[in-house]
Amino acid sequence: MDLGLTAADAEFRREARDWLAAHVPAEPLPSLETAEGFAAHREWERELYTGRWSAVTWPEAYGGRGASLLRWLLFEEEYYAARAPGRVSQNGVSLLAPTLFEHGTQEQLARVLPAMASGATIWAQAWSEPGAGSDLAALRSSAVRTDGGWLLRGHKTWSSRAAFADRAFGLFRSHPGADRPHNGLTYLMFDLAAPGVTVRPIGRLDGKPAFAELFLEDVFVPDADVIGEPGQGWRVAMSTAGNERGLTLRSPGRFTAAAGRLAALWRATADPADTALRDRVADALIGARAYQLAAYAGVARLTEGGTPGAAASLTKVFWSELDIALHETALDLLGPRGELAATATEAPDHGSWADGWIFALAGPVYAGTNEIQRDIIAERLLGLPKGRR
Amino acid sequence: MRFLLDAEQAEFGRTLGRLLAAADVPAAVRAWGTGDSAPGHAVWRRLAGTGVFGLAVPEKHGGAGFLPVELTLSFVELGRYAVPGPAVETAAAAVLLERLGDADGGLAGTWLPAIAAGDAMVSYADLAHGPYALDAATADVTFLVDGDTLRACDGCGPVQPSVDPARRLTRCAGGAVLASGPAVWAAAAQAADTARLLTAAQALGVGRRLLDDTVAYVKQRTQFGVAVGSFQAVKHRLADVLLALEFAEPLVYGAAVEWAGALQADTANHGYGATGAGIGVAMAKVAAGEAAYTAARAALQLHGALGYTDELGLSLWIRRARALRGAWGTPAECRARVLAGPAPAGPQIFHE
Repeated sequence: MDLGLTAADAEFRREARDWLAAHVPAEPLPSLETAEGFAAHREWERELYTGRWSAVTWPEAYGGRGASLLRWLLFEEEYYAARAPGRVSQNGVSLLAPTLFEHGTQEQLARVLPAMASGATIWAQAWSEPGAGSDLAALRSSAVRTDGGWLLRGHKTWSSRAAFADRAFGLFRSHPGADRPHNGLTYLMFDLAAPGVTVRPIGRLDGKPAFAELFLEDVFVPDADVIGEPGQGWRVAMSTAGNERGLTLRSPGRFTAAAGRLAALWRATADPADTALRDRVADALIGARAYQLAAYAGVARLTEGGTPGAAASLTKVFWSELDIALHETALDLLGPRGELAATATEAPDHGSWADGWIFALAGPVYAGTNEIQRDIIAERLLGLPKGRR
Repeated sequence: MRFLLDAEQAEFGRTLGRLLAAADVPAAVRAWGTGDSAPGHAVWRRLAGTGVFGLAVPEKHGGAGFLPVELTLSFVELGRYAVPGPAVETAAAAVLLERLGDADGGLAGTWLPAIAAGDAMVSYADLAHGPYALDAATADVTFLVDGDTLRACDGCGPVQPSVDPARRLTRCAGGAVLASGPAVWAAAAQAADTARLLTAAQALGVGRRLLDDTVAYVKQRTQFGVAVGSFQAVKHRLADVLLALEFAEPLVYGAAVEWAGALQADTANHGYGATGAGIGVAMAKVAAGEAAYTAARAALQLHGALGYTDELGLSLWIRRARALRGAWGTPAECRARVLAGPAPAGPQIFHE
């Protein structure tokens, strides 16, 4: 058991730090939840790709560096410490790509991944439906067999990034007579500009169109865009869900960097006699450090052949609640200035605390609510009996 | 970097666990609380036979060499089985004496081999961290640090009962001065971090035990015709306990790794205080203390009135969880330490 880096890992970290220092935009990019910001972030993805930093763990053939998971953690620490822009490609890189590596064909990998790495194709996820959120197996949108492919029909919603993205991936009911709701689903990729797709942006809590609902009327998807076997979509999707809840969505670098900034804010602004606030700052540092060390241990376990499994549910609840606590503490530290929206010219720290708070509030809701995660933890990690939800 | 226990370490923990499971520790705890230390001494001797105390003692004094990760995982097991006695204090005293070296009248040469062999039960108090010594009347010797002065106590006051009857607390009066000066102050700081870390490890073990026992209970206890463990409110409460424990554990082991490095750095005159290891230890103490306490509250609530009885063994761990929370650094002291800087070193960086 040790925390020391090899010279080669330390060199990788230095290389990432140097590149980021030379390339991270001096001014924050506009919010990626606006058309202007989305375009700017797409440009940043191209820049990252040019430096081969957009998907560091991928094989070099697809634009990656073939880096270890540990190096990915190190890269992410440097990335957030450098205050580099948010990743507009995250749905693709963190959710779709791992699924393709596990279930995709060689042709799909070669076609989809390089365009994803360069930012040429930005992906949205299309899982939820008006009647199927936490109970994802209740989804009703369908894929109907047709010559050479499938016709998608139905209504998807809360589709992150879909307001401006190029393509989407999601689950559809393809075999309606299946014995259980989890069976007879198919995992597909489709074009958001295809005939029959209507995208209606939905404003999030702060009004920005962070997600959208999708209306699908006989949208054609060729067989080449089915991931895994038709009818086996649930199994394919669950590997993506593990990725979504686990490490790849929220790397510890994000929280260690934010906790470090919070501590700096406390030192600069706080009344040392306010021990209640001090304790919350300390708890944010402790939580970020715990998450970071748990990630190192998790990476070691994965590297030695383990799978995230239900442990991803622990991770998801922990980071989502840490994220909110951390940002709420910062806003409380800022006092009256804490209410300024990110767009206010006088918003502290370019509005990043306010923006971060809005973003964090979604954490316990998406990627499977924390209530569902706690059920999974209790049933699969503690072995408690299943019961009514 | 490989931040996981290796197979040998994990097996050592399992061996200790099996030994303690077979030793009827609860009976020893209850006897200890009434002043009968014989069964507790028997447990202590069995523990010593596995080499636990030698993990805090360098080879030249008969120990296994200083092995903080193994020491830490041992103390998780001590917590899991609620072992009574000044085990934390004995290990902390070993670090104190080893740091002071042989310059001060051969203290290290006298006591460290006895500690390593399990022949010496040592109590230790540092007035900077609390007025009471644990089990001073039972221990073979009680060391007392007051500022930069180290004494061997020659008398202690009446037992001040703890919320955990197996923790027998007394105020100790100063005896012969064994050493004084800045070296004592520096060694005491490292001993206090030792005690803090091992207290955190014990708390983690206490919390694990409380969770295990409670999970077993809610699976078999029925109400409304079903196991209470099938109720979502029960599941969510236990999920929160597991969350707290799972994220305290890497802090505890991470602190052990850093602390080992810091002690080595100090030997090389880099300065223990500059390494940030004390911050990692403080983080571990806060997280493990909170996790154990969360586990205790949940265990009591989910056992219902049965959990509120002294007869059920659960009470040993519930009371221990409360006692360990304040020992060797209250949550408030540890949180203040976290913000006192510097941040932990190593591959992990808190950028500011």
